[in-house]
Amino acid sequence: MSSAGQVAERDAPFQLRGNSFTMMVLKVGDPASPNFFSLLGSKVRQAPNFFRHAPVVLDFDDLPEGAEFDLAGFIARVREQHLLPIGFVGGPRAVQDAALAGGLVPMPSGRPARIEAARPQAAASGAVAQPVVVEVHRPALVVTEPVRSGQQIYAEKADLIITASVSHGAEVLADGNIHVYGALRGRALAGISGDNAARIFCQSLEAEVVSIAGLYRVSEDIDAAFLKKPVQIRLSDGFLHVAPL
Amino acid sequence: MGKIIVMTSGKGGVGKTTSSAAFATGLALRGFKTVVIDFDVGLRNLDLVMGCERRVVFDFINVINGEAKLHQALIKDKRVDNLFILPTSQTRDKDALTKDGVERILADLEKDFDYIVCDSPAGIERGALMALYFADHAVIVTNPEVSSVRDSDRILGVLNAKSRRAEQGLEPVTQRLLLTRYDPERVERGEMLKVDDVLEILAIPLLGVVPESQAVLRASNIGMPVILDEKSNAGLAYMDAVSRFLGEDVEHRFVKPEKKGLFGRFLRRSA
Repeated sequence: MSSAGQVAERDAPFQLRGNSFTMMVLKVGDPASPNFFSLLGSKVRQAPNFFRHAPVVLDFDDLPEGAEFDLAGFIARVREQHLLPIGFVGGPRAVQDAALAGGLVPMPSGRPARIEAARPQAAASGAVAQPVVVEVHRPALVVTEPVRSGQQIYAEKADLIITASVSHGAEVLADGNIHVYGALRGRALAGISGDNAARIFCQSLEAEVVSIAGLYRVSEDIDAAFLKKPVQIRLSDGFLHVAPL
Repeated sequence: MGKIIVMTSGKGGVGKTTSSAAFATGLALRGFKTVVIDFDVGLRNLDLVMGCERRVVFDFINVINGEAKLHQALIKDKRVDNLFILPTSQTRDKDALTKDGVERILADLEKDFDYIVCDSPAGIERGALMALYFADHAVIVTNPEVSSVRDSDRILGVLNAKSRRAEQGLEPVTQRLLLTRYDPERVERGEMLKVDDVLEILAIPLLGVVPESQAVLRASNIGMPVILDEKSNAGLAYMDAVSRFLGEDVEHRFVKPEKKGLFGRFLRRSA
């Protein structure tokens, strides 16, 4: 992108970006079971802070065929448990239509069983052919050879795992996390599309530059106590934190 | 079919030409028909180190351009049987190295020779790329200091990405380290990188450690590959490296400072 374009975007009143989120999936087996919500409630009470207002995706794959199902009522009762249903996967046509009408988003899925929903036949039916902005999980890029000076490796929309060393003058980038199971001597940039939760892990920190979601630190600014030590680097409070592993 | 060996380093002045001359001579001494080619077009040095600069009529570039036949440009060494030199042009530049031309000549040489040693120029541009492109084996010549090690790392990346074997998805070019100008006493004083430090960074097998030696400059000045100086540590180290290249298990020497008594120190000072 041109620098003029970047400036224009920065001045715009909004920014439209792709991003990926980890979400829980609530697999709905038998919603008619009298124990359904009492069991769900006790599960939620085990970790109330973790579950409070957590977005969930409803998985209807295991719904019995032709079962009577009051989806609106079901969603309301899930919300009572402080879980927020935002999307769905799978399920019979009638349930999918009801879910769409109820404002849930059809989610894509990496699992082969559910890719069926994206086949032309299903798409033609209109039930699940809505454009989808949530990104699919991609497998990590695994590199087993040393990354040499001058080389650049980018794991697009994925984690990057390197089982060798990253040399001085080499650059490794990922939209997700970066793991280096050798010495990290070059530059490592994680979460380069803006994922604040991305982290960098390495066996021996000797990096020239580390960066997460655009925030960076040069080797001069890294506490010498961490030098050549196994560490993880994460972003919190707008600051890069280095901690021993 | 002969095997193509590239002597490369990225950095200049680390001893590529010295090592190419010594290594090719060593292979010939071991009975293999060997040719050493100078890829440093415009900075012709190999013929000087090999002592054949006054016998150059046609060169590598003449053959690429079809101005001479290969056998007219090959110079037979006077000291060692089975050893030939293909000198380069001093008046041309690296653009004269066309991929087709280099490929054609190497293909011709492969039929006739056991080993083809390519003496790469410094850098990572055309000359160096052409020298390494067709290689089966790479010998990375490195000095025990950080800039040389980093440039060697860079050239290893180039080998992994831009060699013919990499481009065609064949078995990768074998990569081995030749650590030259190694001074164990300076290493001990912390003024030079240790062998292990270099190996940790480059992570390739060690072919040999050639000690810093007056014999190298002396041999170079009289146009003799230093491997022919059997009294010098450098010459012995090159011979060991050739043996290891041929698959023999030879212990590394010249890695630790020589143990000397007071008498030895006096002797060495006068030497």
